Amino acid sequence: MSDKRLFELRHLTVRFGSHVAVDALDLHVDRGETVAVVGESGSGKSVSALGALGLLPKGTDIEGERRFDDRDLGEFSPRQWNALRGGRIGFIFQEPMTSLNPLHNVGKQLGETLRLHQGLRGEVAKRRIKELLAQVKLPRVDELMAAWPHQLSGGQRQRVMIAMAIANDPQLLIADEPTTALDVTVQQEILALLDDLRDRHGMGLLLISHDLNLVRRHADRVVVMRHGECVETGTTKAVFETPAAAYTRQLIDAVPSGRPARLTGDPTPLLVANRLSVAFPRPKPFLRARPPAFVAVEPLSLQLRQGETLGVVGESGSGKTTLASALIRLLPASGEIHFAGQRLDSLSGDALRRQRRGFQIVFQDPYGSLSPRMPVADIISEGLRFHHPELDQSTVAERIAEALQDVDLPADCGHRYPHEFSGGQRQRVAIARALILKPRLLVLDEPTSALDRTVQKQLIELLRNVQAKHGLSYLFISHDLAVVRAMAHRILVLKDGKVIEEGECQALLESPQSAYTRALIDASSLT
Amino acid sequence: MTSSHRRRLSPITQRRLQVFRGNRRAFWSLWVFGLLFIVSLGAELIANDKPIVMQYDGHWYVPLLVDYPETEFDGFLPTAADYRDPFVYQQIAENGWMLWPPVLFSYQTLDREVHGPVPSPPGSRHWLGTDDQGRDVFARVLYGFRLSVAFALALTIGSIFLGVVIGGVQGYFGGKIDLIGQRLIEIWSGLPVLFLLIILASLVEPNIWWLLGIMLLFSWLGLVDIVRAEFLRARNLEYVRAARAMGLPSHLIMRRHVLPNAMVATLTFIPFLFTGAITTLTALDFLGFGLPPGSPSLGELVAQGKNNLQAPWLGVTAFITLSVMLSLLVFIGEGLRDAFDPRHILTANQVKRPLTPGSHTPPQSPPQESLP
Repeated sequence: MSDKRLFELRHLTVRFGSHVAVDALDLHVDRGETVAVVGESGSGKSVSALGALGLLPKGTDIEGERRFDDRDLGEFSPRQWNALRGGRIGFIFQEPMTSLNPLHNVGKQLGETLRLHQGLRGEVAKRRIKELLAQVKLPRVDELMAAWPHQLSGGQRQRVMIAMAIANDPQLLIADEPTTALDVTVQQEILALLDDLRDRHGMGLLLISHDLNLVRRHADRVVVMRHGECVETGTTKAVFETPAAAYTRQLIDAVPSGRPARLTGDPTPLLVANRLSVAFPRPKPFLRARPPAFVAVEPLSLQLRQGETLGVVGESGSGKTTLASALIRLLPASGEIHFAGQRLDSLSGDALRRQRRGFQIVFQDPYGSLSPRMPVADIISEGLRFHHPELDQSTVAERIAEALQDVDLPADCGHRYPHEFSGGQRQRVAIARALILKPRLLVLDEPTSALDRTVQKQLIELLRNVQAKHGLSYLFISHDLAVVRAMAHRILVLKDGKVIEEGECQALLESPQSAYTRALIDASSLT
Repeated sequence: MTSSHRRRLSPITQRRLQVFRGNRRAFWSLWVFGLLFIVSLGAELIANDKPIVMQYDGHWYVPLLVDYPETEFDGFLPTAADYRDPFVYQQIAENGWMLWPPVLFSYQTLDREVHGPVPSPPGSRHWLGTDDQGRDVFARVLYGFRLSVAFALALTIGSIFLGVVIGGVQGYFGGKIDLIGQRLIEIWSGLPVLFLLIILASLVEPNIWWLLGIMLLFSWLGLVDIVRAEFLRARNLEYVRAARAMGLPSHLIMRRHVLPNAMVATLTFIPFLFTGAITTLTALDFLGFGLPPGSPSLGELVAQGKNNLQAPWLGVTAFITLSVMLSLLVFIGEGLRDAFDPRHILTANQVKRPLTPGSHTPPQSPPQESLP
């Protein structure tokens, strides 16, 4: 057994000052095995891996025994560390956009690792680079060698990162959220590739992820972490089928459940778009004709009834957000938009601003959508104070309290600043800001994507309750079909700005007509 | 917007104040500079050729504020009284009393009773000596300091207003406004400021308002780039888009959501605008194209020092005054820059740690034993 053991942590404790980020963590990875560390954000998953490999900033206290291939890592000199990292231990980071140097082409970046660790140069190095790129299943290897990072898609960059990580035949590969920044359809391919590489090279794979679906499919053993402590550990099967800890149970159950309430009443549409399209002009090159504009959304028509939810799904870059921005006149578009019986597309200036009360938007990023310099009560009441300057202070305070109550936040949190709230709470504040104007339509642009699953579930329930209470219509944008299924009455599938499919939610998910929709459904692993 | 929301400093501001206080050099520089400026604001009470208050024949007079004719004190001329005139002095001394400021000269008082040739060296009568026209150097430095700082303050406030408005409009609206605006600014910044001032000096009698106006035409240019960049960045932030979706008009969005972001870069720039304004004014005075003759000006003092090398107190005083003033401003500027730098890490001695049993406490000095 002991000769199989590759990497072992005993009582690893990581402290930043007085804050304990990881508390006495035990973990081991054997050869040819995938061990997954799961937990919500802030649970210390990434910190434990970084800490174990000495990648945390100076001044961090690290205690406990760290062993790799029967050697004690605590006694390593800086030189030995450098040989180990990138050599026998490969690392894949979450963000493929920033982990490649934008000023070096792909061949050069790969060549650097090879030169540093194996001393390969010239033709030998070139051959090895091509081999590596072929191993990570990238097409047109010869062209790719000379390609710059910005010319690659997110998935391709992540493949290049993986090629760099396996360039020196590592025995252990640490993948820190390797697919979080990628499209759902690409995620599966990347993980299949990692599985394949692990089997072929007999590596140990330490997979850090918050996505239980992914872990369930790809890991042999699971370590569940919470607040820096290991809650539960065991084989994937055992943990998922008979979880011992209540927290694990809660994580597994945290899939968006339930269905939207049945539609009743008034069938007249609230929002109608006729042949709506969005095009961005490209810059005109000097002395040459202007190239045709980039069409982000091809002409499409849609309708939305009062109290109905229309889900808009598709990969990143498919034009979902552009469509939503155009519908609420944040982007110039051509075509007709009718809202509550009024032509929206012909309004401008003050008339448009007055109409804006009726439709509000909630953005994806709960950290960026609240002004960091304003207390929450000011953020929420800003629109109200502008649109209804006649209201006195006590009425405004009442409305703020009402809005906070709608989103289940304590009424006395108005004087606090956004940074004092968690991601889920901030998203609630953003919803309260939209609700206080008593709109009839709410555009939700990936409102749950940046949140942990457990928080996601609560937020979806909240949105459904709010819809039932106020009879709101939702335009719900998401790439995650599990979330859309729990929210939407109808679904619109977009790809490259074109409508691929449209229909009743349940019917569309059960019998998708296009391969694209099927791929999206597969990727979300609906149960 | 109830007042209770406003009462607390935002945590960002608190952290910045903490960093600024932690930088002891900047913190003390700010205090010293502030104190000097406040003192110089009361220059009339410190160095003046008129008494502050006086009593004559049982009546109260405040010559500091009111010009009394000489006939009031039984003199011969109906013009404003010269209280240093031996006759008037004697009259008042016999029939009442006067309260004089500590220095008996204003910045333009010619001391006719000075012994020996002017410039005369420092002594008990003139603390820093006199210049080549017999005027008290200390009084001139005091008034000159005030004038320089006031000028720099006015110029800085004006530049910030122009720079923020123009940069903000360009950055927020972008597109054609930005493109045309940037080209105009490039052309404008190509104009040679110094030559313009010199030409102007030969056309009109330059006073402080002229100088301020001309320099204001150019000094905002440096700010525009910074403010414009901040606005360009901020206009696509989600909370700005949320405000737009809420139907707020552009001017409100700019003021409430975008401007606070841009102010950080602007505030960091202020001390450098300030020192720039002071040096430019001094340079112009030195060259003789600045303030009208007779004004209390540090640049003129530098020129006098250069022309009277046999009287080193002139040059030394000018040098020390300018270098202390500019150094203090640069230290304050450094402190501000660090305070607004989000990457600046609070060092151990800058953080006020709550005392926990395990934490390090400074050793207490042993109680001093009283000697028998």
